[in-house]
This record gives sequence, C-alpha cells and structure tokens, in this order.
Amino acid sequence: MNQKILLSANEAVAWAACKAGCAVASAYPGTPSTEILENVAKFKDSINCEWAVNEKVAMEVAIGASIAGVRALTAMKHVGLNVAMDPLMTYTYVGANGGLVIVTSDDPGMHSSQNEQDNRNLVKFARAALFEPSDSQETFDMVQAAFELSENYQVPAFIRLTTRTSHTSTVVDVGPHFGPGQVERKPYVKDIKRYIPVPMFAKPQRLRAQERTEALRKFACETPFNRIEAGDKRLGIITSGVTYQYVKEVFPEFRVLKLGFSSPLPIALVKTFAASVDRLLVIEELDPFLEDQVRALGLTVVEHKTELNMLEMNSMRLMALRRELLGDVEMPEVKRADAGLPTRPPVLCAGCSHRGVFYTLAKLGATVTGDIGCYTLGAFPPLNAMDTTICMGASIGNAFGMEKAGIKGRLCAVLGDSTFFHSGMTGILNVLYNGGKITTVVLDNRITGMTGHQDNPGSGRNLCGEPAPVTDIAEVAKAMGFKRVVKVDAYNLAELERVLKEELDADEPSLVIAGGPCRISAKLTNAGTYAVDATKCKACGACFKLGCPAIERGEAVADGKRFKSHIDPVQCSGCDLCRQTCKFDAISRIR
Amino acid sequence: MKTMNVSLVGVGGQGILLTSDILAKTAALAGLDVKKSEIHGMAQRGGSVISQVRFGDKVFSPIIQDGTSDLLVSFERLEALRWRHLLAMNGKVLINDMNMTPMTVSSGQQPAVTDLDTRLKTEYPQALYIDAMALAKTVGNTRTMNMVVAGALSVLTPFSPELWEQAMRERIAAKFIDQNIKAFEAGRQATKV
Repeated sequence: MNQKILLSANEAVAWAACKAGCAVASAYPGTPSTEILENVAKFKDSINCEWAVNEKVAMEVAIGASIAGVRALTAMKHVGLNVAMDPLMTYTYVGANGGLVIVTSDDPGMHSSQNEQDNRNLVKFARAALFEPSDSQETFDMVQAAFELSENYQVPAFIRLTTRTSHTSTVVDVGPHFGPGQVERKPYVKDIKRYIPVPMFAKPQRLRAQERTEALRKFACETPFNRIEAGDKRLGIITSGVTYQYVKEVFPEFRVLKLGFSSPLPIALVKTFAASVDRLLVIEELDPFLEDQVRALGLTVVEHKTELNMLEMNSMRLMALRRELLGDVEMPEVKRADAGLPTRPPVLCAGCSHRGVFYTLAKLGATVTGDIGCYTLGAFPPLNAMDTTICMGASIGNAFGMEKAGIKGRLCAVLGDSTFFHSGMTGILNVLYNGGKITTVVLDNRITGMTGHQDNPGSGRNLCGEPAPVTDIAEVAKAMGFKRVVKVDAYNLAELERVLKEELDADEPSLVIAGGPCRISAKLTNAGTYAVDATKCKACGACFKLGCPAIERGEAVADGKRFKSHIDPVQCSGCDLCRQTCKFDAISRIR
Repeated sequence: MKTMNVSLVGVGGQGILLTSDILAKTAALAGLDVKKSEIHGMAQRGGSVISQVRFGDKVFSPIIQDGTSDLLVSFERLEALRWRHLLAMNGKVLINDMNMTPMTVSSGQQPAVTDLDTRLKTEYPQALYIDAMALAKTVGNTRTMNMVVAGALSVLTPFSPELWEQAMRERIAAKFIDQNIKAFEAGRQATKV
C-alpha cells in the first residue's frame, strides 16, 4: 500500500533524494532551506551528507560528487546562491555527470532575510534547468525527475522552493515500499576537454550549452509537469510555483497553463496556450520572470494596476486583481483590533552570550559593523550597538573600508563563529595583509544559532551528530600572523570592557573571541534564577540597558519617571550579567 | 468537507508549532487534504508567532486569507487582538488566559495596554477561555500547556479524541506521551461548547 504522510517541501526534498539514490549532499544552513539537510541526515545510511562551511564549498562538494558519477544534492537559501554562483556558472558549461540537483529556497516577503531576490533569474543566467513545485507532493516528484533530467541532459537541475512551500506541510504519497533507490553510478573518465574549461575547451562547451538549452526547451513542452488545465477560455493564466495554489483559489473557473518546469521556457506550449484563450494573464511571485519572456515572444499580456511583483503573493492580492480585471468578487469583511498594541519583535534570549558584548560596545561608543546571525538583534534598542549589516562575513570588510575612509573613533566588526568560518577568515586576512587596525570580535557560542542550532567546525560535531575536529578561532588568527588575539569570557562585563577598550584603542589589527555557550543549545535556559531586592534597588535603570527580556519594569518612583527593576523568574536563565551592572548590590542569585 | 481554516497564534516558545503539527496530522489521519504553514527562523523566540492549518476535501492556498479564519486560537491574550484581522465574521475564538508582557513594554519603550480585558470583551464577546497553565500544573508539567490548549481546540474540530490521541502518539516521544495525553484530556474536559 502507498504510504501517505505529511511533509514540508523541505522534508520532501530529503525523502525524494533518498528514493532517487542520491549519494552525496552538502549544504550550509539558511532559512527557509535549513531543514532540507537536517532531514537528509535521517537517511545518512544511504546519503553521505554534511554541513559545509559555506554555500560555495557545498556547491563544489556536490559538483565533485557529480563529476565522480554519483547523484548529488546541495541546498541553500536564496542569498546563499550568490555565494555559490562561481562554481555553478562554470559547471553548467562542463555539464553534470552524476545527476546534480540544487535547491534554492527563496524568501518572498523577507520573513527571515535581508532581501527577496528571485533566483529564477540566476538559474536562467547560469543556463541551468528549473523546476518550480507548488506543494510537497510535487517537490517529491520533481526532485526525482530533476536527478533524471540532470543526467539525461548533463545539466545542473534546480528546484526553486519559496518560504510557503519550504515551510508548508502537505500530504505526500511516497509510494509503496519506500527506501533508498539503487542507481548505477556513471563511470568517471578522465577527460580534460570536459572537466578543464580553459578557453580552447570552454568555447565549444559554450556552444553545447546553447544547444542544450534548446533541447531542454523541447523537454519543457513535453513534460507532464507543464500542463494546460481546462477552463473558461475568456481568461488564460500562466503561473508557476506556489502561486498556482492562489490562482486555483481565486480564479478557479479559468484556463491555466501550470509551469512546473519553467526554465528554459516552453515557448511552443506558451504560444499554443496563448492562441487558445481570449486574454492572457501571467501571475507569478516576485519578478516578472515569465511575463517578460512571454511579452518578448510578441504575445499580448493583460496589463493591470494591482502590484504583484514584489513581496509575498497571497490570495488577497489576487482577489484585488480579480476585482480590478473582472469586478465580480467582494473582499471578505475584515476587522482589525491591533491599534496601539505594543509590538513583540524577536529579541536576544534571556541570558544570551551576545548581550554583554553589545552592552560593552555601546558603552565604549564604538562604530560596529555587524553580520548575519541572531546577533543582528544587537542593533535594536536598548542595546543600539550595531551600525551596519550587509551579508555573511561583510562585517570585517565593511569595518576595514570605513577605516580606510577615515571614520573617526573606535571601529569594530562583530560576527558569530559560524559566520567567521563561512566567510570571515578571508576578511581578517585581508585586514592583516593590508595594514588595517580594526578590531574583529567573534561571538563564539559554538553553534549556528539563528537557523536553529546546527553544528559547525567549532562545535565538535558534524551534521550526523558524530564527533568532529574542533577548530580554534584564536589559533586560526595566530597562524595567519595576528599578534593581538584575545579570548574573553562573554559573561564577564569588567573583563569585556577592559579587553575591548584595549583592543579597540590598539594601533594594530586584533581579534577578540568572546566565548559563551548559546543558552538554548547548551540547555542552560534554566541554569539559575536571579532576583531584585526592591529595598536596595535605586531605580537607576542600569540593568534595563541590557535589554534582557527577563528584566521588567517594577515599582515606579520619582512620580513615575523611573522604575525599579523586577526579574521574571520564569524567563531568567541565571547568566549573572544584570548583577554585574548593579552598583547597589540589589541583584543576587536566588537559585 | 468545505475547507476549515484554523489560525494558531501566540508567543515563540509556547509550543504553537507542535500544536499545529498535531492538528494537521489529525486532519490527515481523518483522510482530509491538509496544509499547514508557519514562519520560523529568525530568532522568533519571544516574538509573535503564527501557524496556519487548513483542511478539507481539497485545499489550495497554504495561507489563510484575512477575514476567513473559522477558528482563531490564541495562546496569549494580547496576541488574540493582534491577529483579529484573520477571523471570519462568524468565526470562533479560543483564548489561553495568559499574559506575556512584550519586551517593548517591560523595557519601557512602548506603553502597556491598560484596557486589555475590555478590548477582548468588546472584540470577542463569545470567546472561549481556558487557563491552560493552571491545568498543565495539575497534570504535573507546565510544558504540557500547549496540549491543554489542543484539548480545548479539539472540541471545536470535527475530529474524535481518539484520532487526536493517535496523532499525538505519532508526534510526541514515548516518555512524555502519558502526561501530554492527560493534559489534552484536561483541556477537553474544561471546554464545553
């Protein structure tokens, strides 16, 4: 009997990879893609899988496995693909040997990202093949088809997920007798004309890549993943990915061209469809990727004022479109009650080991270039201790650039351990080599925190939970030639202040490693409880500056202008930082 | 059946995602089409959280449209107001009788809501309330609070308690299952429609 289970599309990728006989998988975590490799690890008996240090390395490992003749998978969030583009752009010339499937999880609406780039553009740019599943079942089916296609056409095949496929669970029929697929590996034959694209070999490959695109276009016209769904021909809608679901909800009676395999575009199919309908509409999430190509064919596409090409798609936006085009729907009545409600943004956890560093940097008046991680939250009140965040690893280059530009005062780059391994190492080497003086602070909590506690080269474990070598960040910097490398306890405010002041004011580049475990991953959220003695509290507000969610306003004094503090015993994790900020000895450990 | 929309909202760390997982599994066990969509990632801990579950004969969109949620389950009182716009005009509301002060208030950046009781009564005169934390304490484990809410929620769904229990057994580790089922029962008993 067929086994039907609820899977997110991220889980479905892992199940499909197993069934397709994938042998190697490598990725770096990034929301909304992280659960893909976490679930691949459940099939570690048949898939050799790992957390790579960054997406470029992950792509290179997957390419290596593909060259060697086995099926390989890599997965990343949309901005991760920027990091991995370099190997990709050339491997699309070389062409896959063993099937290579690349999953990009885009984040329309920026739920957990710094931008919302539409990676379909990059797939087309790289001349790769593109599947766009609309739910978990299609993801399961398309990942298997993508491995086949990758081998048949010697092309890296992309699966483009978005937050609403990656993080939506739907029912998946994984077929009878689910288990690891047996696939014969392709022979690896040394062939420098293929695998070494020096100009004389790359030029013919360039031509072959073009021929392959046309062959894939033919495939796109024939694959059942691209289908015309019957309906009223007065309006024909071309759509792809999860947007298909919103189209079916809001325009159920009209004819639809559903593109599950959307690039290269099936031109003949699009023309056939366009000829069969009175008016042609293209509905897609983010860029007008399909629409621009459809228009370039000389086809007329319905114009509308409803903005659809940025932020996350949903049924409401399509209802607005339908109202504009057809005028035959009423929006549901909506009542709001959120006026004047205090916001509840994410905060650094009670007891977070990053907090003391930001508290100290704010106190020292440093200009702080930040990076990607939980610690980006150090930018917000009351810490206010971050000036910039651009991308993974950018903190170091950004601080150095500011130094070169003559920014006055103390200058500091802050990044986490995982981000340091990802792309901070080259940054500090550049500072050292080019005579920079900035201080780099690594918030070393020995885990990749923000994406949900994945292991990294500092944690001592690999993706499969097995012991792994531990890389000491201080030794890395010393080996590069750094003279000033200091380790400091992230929970000791006096030491943090002494060390950071000294290093920020030094006339040489320095690296500070502020060490302290992630409270959650180290299971320290219940490690102790502190309390405020209200008779001793002078309502000076010093502890409030930590921005700890466990420290609340207590009794009002001075006509309500100031407040004594109170510690929520449920949230307090016993980190001791607040006790150190109190000059009046009003805070002490009670458990 | 016609698609039923359930929005589960509250504060990160309250066990909302597990509850919505179990609801989705129960619906799937009932043979229905199901979509469960949630936002996680960027340190949601302590932040406002939403998970949406839709089930019926055929479900398309993974997201519940404003004004169409048949059921709004709020694990915290303030959050019940924040997500009001999701509720359908004839929708039902279940509120966990618990206050969690946002950091923006406890740190003095934003004013507290002083008339929360009145606002809740005005917006949701028919709301069902459950003191899930108190019931979880009687079961002996405050971490089962979410299953107390699940028990209360179960009364408002078309699924049998046996089906819910089966879903819980599939999702919760064996050593915690008995306490969680007790919590579920306590929530169910305390909720009469």
